[in-house]
Amino acid sequence: MASTILEMRDITKTFPGVKALSNVNLSVEEGEIHAIVGENGAGKSTLMKVLSGVYPSGTYEGQIVFRGQECHFKGIHDSEHIGIVIIHQELALVPMLSIAENIFLGNEHATYGVIDWNANEKRTKGLLDKVGLKEDPKTLITNIGVGKQQLVEIAKALSKEVKLLILDEPTASLSEKDSQALLDLLLEFKRQGMTSILISHKLNEVNRVADKVTVIRDGRTIETLPRKDISEDRIITSMVGRSLDDRYPPREPQIGEVIFEVKDWSVYHPIHAERQVIKNVNLNVRKGEVVGIAGLMGAGRTEFAMSLFGRTYGRHITGEVSLHGKRLDLSTVSKAVENRIAYVTEDRKTYGLNLIDHIKHNVTLANLRGVSSRGVIDDMREMSVANDYRKKTNIRASSVYQLTGNLSGGNQQKVVLSKWLFADPEVLILDEPTRGIDVGAKYEIYTIIARLAAEGKAIIVISSEMPELLGITDRIYVMNEGRIVGEMAASDASQEKIMRAIVRGEGKKAS
Amino acid sequence: MSTESAPAPQSGTAEDVKQGPRIAVSALTTNLREYGLIIALIVIMLFFQYTTSGTLFKPVNLSNLVQQNSFIIVMALGMLLVIVAGYIDLSVGSVAGFIGALAAMMMVIWPLGIFSNPLVVSIVCLIVGALIGAAQGYWIAYHRIPSFIVTLAGMLIFRGICQALLGGGSSVGPLPDGFKALSSGFIPDVIGPLTLIPPTVNAAGKTIVGSGLTLHMTTIVLGLIAVLAYAYFGFRTRRKREAHGYEAEPFPLFVVKTLVGSALALFLVFQFASYRGLPVVLLVMGVLISLFVFVTKRMTIGRRIYAMGGNAKAAQLSGINTERLTLMVFINMGVLSALGGLIIAARLGQAVPAAGLGSELDVIAAVFIGGASAMGGVGQVIGAVVGGFIMGVMNNGMSIMGVNVDWQQVVKGLVLLGAVIFDVYNKNKA
Repeated sequence: MASTILEMRDITKTFPGVKALSNVNLSVEEGEIHAIVGENGAGKSTLMKVLSGVYPSGTYEGQIVFRGQECHFKGIHDSEHIGIVIIHQELALVPMLSIAENIFLGNEHATYGVIDWNANEKRTKGLLDKVGLKEDPKTLITNIGVGKQQLVEIAKALSKEVKLLILDEPTASLSEKDSQALLDLLLEFKRQGMTSILISHKLNEVNRVADKVTVIRDGRTIETLPRKDISEDRIITSMVGRSLDDRYPPREPQIGEVIFEVKDWSVYHPIHAERQVIKNVNLNVRKGEVVGIAGLMGAGRTEFAMSLFGRTYGRHITGEVSLHGKRLDLSTVSKAVENRIAYVTEDRKTYGLNLIDHIKHNVTLANLRGVSSRGVIDDMREMSVANDYRKKTNIRASSVYQLTGNLSGGNQQKVVLSKWLFADPEVLILDEPTRGIDVGAKYEIYTIIARLAAEGKAIIVISSEMPELLGITDRIYVMNEGRIVGEMAASDASQEKIMRAIVRGEGKKAS
Repeated sequence: MSTESAPAPQSGTAEDVKQGPRIAVSALTTNLREYGLIIALIVIMLFFQYTTSGTLFKPVNLSNLVQQNSFIIVMALGMLLVIVAGYIDLSVGSVAGFIGALAAMMMVIWPLGIFSNPLVVSIVCLIVGALIGAAQGYWIAYHRIPSFIVTLAGMLIFRGICQALLGGGSSVGPLPDGFKALSSGFIPDVIGPLTLIPPTVNAAGKTIVGSGLTLHMTTIVLGLIAVLAYAYFGFRTRRKREAHGYEAEPFPLFVVKTLVGSALALFLVFQFASYRGLPVVLLVMGVLISLFVFVTKRMTIGRRIYAMGGNAKAAQLSGINTERLTLMVFINMGVLSALGGLIIAARLGQAVPAAGLGSELDVIAAVFIGGASAMGGVGQVIGAVVGGFIMGVMNNGMSIMGVNVDWQQVVKGLVLLGAVIFDVYNKNKA
């Protein structure tokens, strides 16, 4: 029988006016993978911040016992010292430093401040082998992909002689393939006897690797499920406090004629001019239809969407786009918007929102003409537009004057959606519309998509989550290495079929 | 930022309960930031009024104050947009110096015939300013060269041209009176003066200074019109907001704000009227300030500049032509630098090689004291103007007190640092 490595008892953490955690209990056994799930804002990250000492001892109530010792951490340094290492959702690597430099940052092998690079690189090599990363320790972080960066983070954790590894949403920005590799690595660590805590939104992953699942809701522990009771439905019921019969809203597609068509779309890489990123893509969308584009990370889906939308990506773009049979000029974003095409970007914080401005100004930004005449903004009209969309998309905020930077991921996504809905598009391209948002907010986004389709708009959804595509679209294109390698009705598509199309596409390229 | 921010619970009920007080609190804190600055200015003015034994508020000194600092404020208007857009412009002082030299050469040295007319020269100079702004903005906007570097180069280049134009270390002047009126002139009294207290005339028939009070009536009338307009538009906006069912600031606060604002304005108008009336340059400044407040608060182009400074990529993907907008921001800066240069030359009555030297730092400091963010996307016109006046009052007050110029710099530096620390502290607390 394994012994308990970590015990958190009756943890209560209060922020001014809000009780973020109340009497949370968590017990982790040596050598297990313990998953923590919960909606955004449920308190998972706060709990981990208490555990790692970000919130120092004394600012919360309750007890932390690690390997039989009661702990009072004053900061992250204390918790790392005894072997608790947390890897945050946003990676904390310095892009212009090498892998080795990053791994030993602040912890270098040095005598009197003079770094022994050979020792560092040798140890780095060993650590990289452990995590299965075949890269030169001298490679700069900026030159490797997000998946590999995640592995560097783990190697960094290993360098600190970690006893308890905490991963906060480690696969949020990874492709299916990289995610699988990461989970395999976790299982491998488990075989070697390491204990890990995994925080994740992706229930299938939890389902695959976790020995136990603790569900947190509204700052309380709801329950801890043992391995035999873990199932997605069970977890969801527990997370949302109600049973979600269907994760996708019901809809009856009313599909009309083809209104949006892309023909022979080709794009070259903006820097490496000889590299063709998008290769003769053809696709069409019907009125009232939701079309999905499936594919792995790096398949060229975002590049395709951005090259369509005002040529915001790539060079030597050739091909034809037409709406209602009329050829469109989409050479700038404003022309695309005038032609009633909208693109809801993938990364809402970097590409979607002005985080230091409030909801009202963000909602009207893509269609300032709609609230102004001769360049002068009508404040009242803008106000009612913002309130209108706040209601329509159910943005939870104290008022439209709340800064978008202070909203949760789901609500931020609704602001971005509102912005593009107010631009009144006929064709709406949504790039990873539900990434990093919780189950409840996802459902709301799906409902909005269904409503827009019912209004007769043509919708393209780019998503790396295959169940999502299967759940909300009518037809799916599969993209791989810049090519469309498959097209199928959602009704006879399955995850296996999509994967097969991708693999076949790769085979074709090899021959 | 983590997608999971602990103090923001998702449950609708908790949010609804908090909604009411939160609006009031946010209205109060944003107002405090704005009023805090104005209150700081008033406190600083009262301080110097005391330490200079009443010299600061003397009508003649107020006119001086305005005439000495107007170029800083004019350039701060352009700098505000540059900084909000996420850039910086270090060249404004050199551009101002160069334009002053150009204007002097055109009016005094070069045989241009009717083209040496001050009005023609001024227009040509503003156009040259626009071209300089366009030239710098082009590299920043379309080739993504950091504005710090482009304008640092501009700072060296235009100071050099300025000195070369003036032939080494010499100054060029005197400039025609018509031109000097831009800085040192007063608006004509079309209504005619009103003598409140007849001047006391002594036996020799000489007026005893200070005992008579004659008011410049055009100034009084203009001042009254401005104050009434301010109160009327404030009230109308309020009514409109209420009619649409939106919560405006509490009525008593509005009344107090309007009354205090009007009283202060009327006091200043009275002071100016009892000297020689409204300085021309104050009128120019007032028109420009109103214009820039309108552009930043109400016009789409202003909104776009804020959006670009807040998140350039998101702005671009929302259909904003960020390159063209950047170019326009720098053209605007160039025109205002040129205007600043003309004002400096008009005040000095000649062009000197050191005109505007170091003023870019005063201008940038004014904008930051006014609450703009060095990261872009945040900043207010009124803030920059008040920031400019804080710098100006400190210059003026310390000069009257006889504080050494070296120590004046130290004090100004400390005030700049203090203002920004105060801002950052406030933001973190919120």
